[in-house]
Amino acid sequence: MKPKQQRLILAILALVAVVGAGLLAAAALRDQAAYFYTPSEAKAATITPGEAARLGGMVEVGTLRQDADGLTILFSLTDGKASVPVRYTGIVPDLFAEGSGAVADGQFNADGTFVAEKILAKHDERYMPPQMGEMPEHLTDTVVDGGAPVAPTAAATAPARAPGQ
Amino acid sequence: MIAEIGHVFLWIAAALALFQIYTGVVELRGGPLSPARPLAIAQGTLTGLAFLLLIWLFIVTDLSVDLVVRNSHSLKPMLYKISGAWGNHEGSMLLWLSVLGAAGAAVALFEQRLKPRTLTATLVAQSALSLGFFAFLLFVSNPFKRLPAPATEGMGLNPLLQDPGLAFHPPTLYFGYVGLSVAFSFAVGALITRDVGPAFARAMRPWVLASWIFLTLGITAGSYWAYYELGWGGWWFWDPVENASLMPWLAATALLHSVSVTANRDALRAWTVMLAVVAFSMSMIGTFIVRSGLLTSVHAFAVDPERGSFILALLALYIGGALALFGARIGAVAEGKRFALLSREGSLVINNLLLSVILVVVLTGTLAPIVAEAMGSKISVGPPYFNPVSAIFALPLFAVMVIGPLLRWRRDDGVKVRRWAPVMLVVTMLGIGLLVWLAPGMRLLPLLGLALAAAIAIVSLVPLAGRNLLRTPLPIWGMVIAHFGVAMALAGMATETAFIKERLVAASPGDRVEVGDWQVTFNEIRPVAGPNWTAVEAVLTARRGGSSDIMRPQARYFSQPSTETNEAALLTTWNGQLYAVLGHRIDGTDGAKPRWQLRLWWKPLVWWIWAGGGLIALGGLLALIGRMQPVRMVKVWFARLQSRSIPNGRYGR
Repeated sequence: MKPKQQRLILAILALVAVVGAGLLAAAALRDQAAYFYTPSEAKAATITPGEAARLGGMVEVGTLRQDADGLTILFSLTDGKASVPVRYTGIVPDLFAEGSGAVADGQFNADGTFVAEKILAKHDERYMPPQMGEMPEHLTDTVVDGGAPVAPTAAATAPARAPGQ
Repeated sequence: MIAEIGHVFLWIAAALALFQIYTGVVELRGGPLSPARPLAIAQGTLTGLAFLLLIWLFIVTDLSVDLVVRNSHSLKPMLYKISGAWGNHEGSMLLWLSVLGAAGAAVALFEQRLKPRTLTATLVAQSALSLGFFAFLLFVSNPFKRLPAPATEGMGLNPLLQDPGLAFHPPTLYFGYVGLSVAFSFAVGALITRDVGPAFARAMRPWVLASWIFLTLGITAGSYWAYYELGWGGWWFWDPVENASLMPWLAATALLHSVSVTANRDALRAWTVMLAVVAFSMSMIGTFIVRSGLLTSVHAFAVDPERGSFILALLALYIGGALALFGARIGAVAEGKRFALLSREGSLVINNLLLSVILVVVLTGTLAPIVAEAMGSKISVGPPYFNPVSAIFALPLFAVMVIGPLLRWRRDDGVKVRRWAPVMLVVTMLGIGLLVWLAPGMRLLPLLGLALAAAIAIVSLVPLAGRNLLRTPLPIWGMVIAHFGVAMALAGMATETAFIKERLVAASPGDRVEVGDWQVTFNEIRPVAGPNWTAVEAVLTARRGGSSDIMRPQARYFSQPSTETNEAALLTTWNGQLYAVLGHRIDGTDGAKPRWQLRLWWKPLVWWIWAGGGLIALGGLLALIGRMQPVRMVKVWFARLQSRSIPNGRYGR
């Protein structure tokens, strides 16, 4: 085999490998990518229970309930038009609260409740899932207020955080 | 005044870059010689000075500068005032540009192996890269912008980012990212002057090694930071920002191996040039992803479409230009030497193909959400996609690592492989057998990972077999240690994945929790205060066997800006880490005691992941030292003293 032929074979190998990987990746993406839904979209779409999904919206005021085990919470995510019940077991992020934005990663179960495995809450304006930027302004709270030092709120200094009160 | 001086320095440096391109092109067309070296050194110096001036503005908290007001505060600890200079969009782009300039200056100062014309062409390419980013900084994100009137106080910095590890994390990664720009410029320069060959590869190799070391360290440190700072207990999330650093690393790892083939054996010429272009392209794509605000995360400082499109235009210009040049010139690059499939080169080709394939997989998954968003649907791609698809290709890559180092260059008679293959097979089979017997129900991937880790660990030491260890060349040591580090990291990942134990409880002081073979007692909960935060702290006693240790996970509250963070508590032992996170207080109903959420993990061998990463970087460092000219001269001189020449070994120079 001449060097030239060997080079051609290598080039073809590389091309086949890269194109093959791209095709395989695309096929895997079709199965594994999680779609992002707002509550209204989730209500309108038919989502197979157990399929990975993301749900983003505002934690509806008055819906946050603590389960007796102290670890599971139930709440609804809303976009102002529709709301979806969510269940989550674990430690919620620090800024998770009624009336502020959150994104839940998980899947729907058979009775239409969204079972979250991970919750992202809106931090300040520098940290939020991109989808939340499209929500109306009043749904998201900003923490930093024009550079003026913010007085610690009672909720922040007292470690007690009684959901639902 | 300081801000204006910094701004002027940037303009002068940009003008010098333009002048360097002009004189360089004139020289390459047969005109008078360009003063390439002094121009590159002056450019690097001015950009570096501008960056130091920006740091100074942050040290004195100059509140008339917009960037300082937005990212600093007079009460911040000094270290974070300084790191605030690059903990934001404009500052980090200036850091990027400083490293780009410093790299050009270093090439001008130290590079002796290239033909003068190729060096000129390389510096022209480096200046062309700089010029684009100068334009970006000066036209759309000026770090020295003044406010119309000074503010009374700064707005602080996200306390999540107030961490000593994080202060040094971005610079480390940037050294890695931008060091690859030199490989890119070398490739472009060699294409322009049709000078692709072993000399070019030897000149490029230390640069690739150095940036690869920084990337390895940066990724390892970033992974550890995410592990203990976020309190989610994971060490890799396939977050777009993590992928942005992983992709250049994959390309640089491939390049590191292919550049060795070109330098030692004069094969894979075109492939090495192509990879050098791809590696820096991945750095730029990574920067674009992180800095454009397309994908928002802890690292995305601002969402600004104008900046995003500017970087995208630069990206298209550089990558497109380099690929066009590659297409036009690659026909003129002579073929390298032949080699058999069963040879060191053959195994390195397979290594390169698999690394490229993993790169494609990661790139596809990272860009998919952006493409989908453009087409009107929002998706997120996470571990369910990345883990299996990258593992499919990573396992054969590790298998090649077991065979490759045993092979000779050019053509192998298979003697060594035949001698070691039974040992490897027996070790692997024994390992699998042991695991299946001791840990029934273990998933396939961690099982294969552990077995392969054992095999890699053993084979990685084979190159040292039968050598005089004191006289073994440093690059061989580097390879041995880096490959051993891969085995260690792989063993850590597989063990942690397979044998992790997790407990999530709501407990009151006095309660006991069992996790793995640990008994954890919840002693008390108490308030504590730090310099700029207050916190609630749980005091836990962790017992295993006869020993006991105290752990103190905290929930912290910062006032500037008002933020809460979780400080996990870690207890490291020889065989793993106990990881504790304090959650929220749960007030009991009808007079029950308040309870606290606690999350506990026992993570066996988890610290091997980062120790392995450190060893990989150390191996790279040894190889780099061994490749440096001054060190080699001392060694030659030392060998002459012993009146013998250094054996060339299989790593023939």
